[in-house]
Amino acid sequence: MQIYLNGEEKQIPDTLDMAGLIELLDLTGERIAVEVNEALVPRSTFGGHCLRERDRIEIIQAVGGG
Amino acid sequence: MPNDTQKDSFSIAGHEFTSRLLVGTGKYKDMRETRQAIDASGAEIVTIAVRRTNIGQDQDQPNILEVLPPDEYTYLPNTAGCYDAKTAVRTCRLARELLDGHNLVKLEVLGDEKTLFPDVVQTLEAAETLIKDGFDVMVYTNDDPIMAKRLEETGCVAVMPLAAPIGSGLGIRNRLNIRTIVENAKVPILVDAGVGTASDAAVAMELGCDGVLMNTAIAAAQNPLLMASAMKKAIQAGREAYLAGRMPAKRFASASSPIEGLFF
Repeated sequence: MQIYLNGEEKQIPDTLDMAGLIELLDLTGERIAVEVNEALVPRSTFGGHCLRERDRIEIIQAVGGG
Repeated sequence: MPNDTQKDSFSIAGHEFTSRLLVGTGKYKDMRETRQAIDASGAEIVTIAVRRTNIGQDQDQPNILEVLPPDEYTYLPNTAGCYDAKTAVRTCRLARELLDGHNLVKLEVLGDEKTLFPDVVQTLEAAETLIKDGFDVMVYTNDDPIMAKRLEETGCVAVMPLAAPIGSGLGIRNRLNIRTIVENAKVPILVDAGVGTASDAAVAMELGCDGVLMNTAIAAAQNPLLMASAMKKAIQAGREAYLAGRMPAKRFASASSPIEGLFF
């Protein structure tokens, strides 16, 4: 299925959950936070959070800033 | 006096801090310079931003949270780049998740790309939502005493009026307003943005501010480490001068040596 990941189109397997996507992106264990369609998805719920066609997913991290 | 100043801490959302200099972590040459400058500043509270992860790139680059570890610094995630309340609230919720439930945030909702002046209507709306959602909000605002009071009454834990536009280095444009904001406040008032050099920071403290938050003044100095050290001293000097109570300014001279006993 197609999702939007950090603003870019991406094809992923149909059955992937959020934990699977994070693993696919090699981000497991990284300091990140995730929202889907503008709603926060807590890390504790990654496993079992089903992804849907055209979901808009944002994965963020901390950077330097003032 | 040194003993007195050591005890001169201030409190934000129930946490005591000794350093009244808060610093941003942006615009440095690299992570090494970031760490060294922040060490030289003596800051305990550091702002960070949240941005999209670069998927598949630069995973080996050190993260700001590793360079400035949470056992050494209090993080103040910001909402820089947000132009509406909704985006600012989303940003804070992401930051809280990222930092394992850390509730302290710096709210800034901007109104204009040229000035980066705050949109105070959106700022107030975001502050209300965030406070209801359990955040401790330190809020960036204009040097407007009425708005500063409104934000305090809304429940912000600190109010942070600008000295001048973000990154401008123009110093404190309206000292009278900053003084009025300080005099009216029951929460800490920190000057945030617009400081250019050490004397600007000292002036903010002499006006009675509880602290100063800056980034560009240090990061964009030709020698950021030396400027960080200068700012640390300026904040301390300005604070001590405020506590000492300055002499009244007079238009004409007043001799320092006695008139009596002149032998001519």
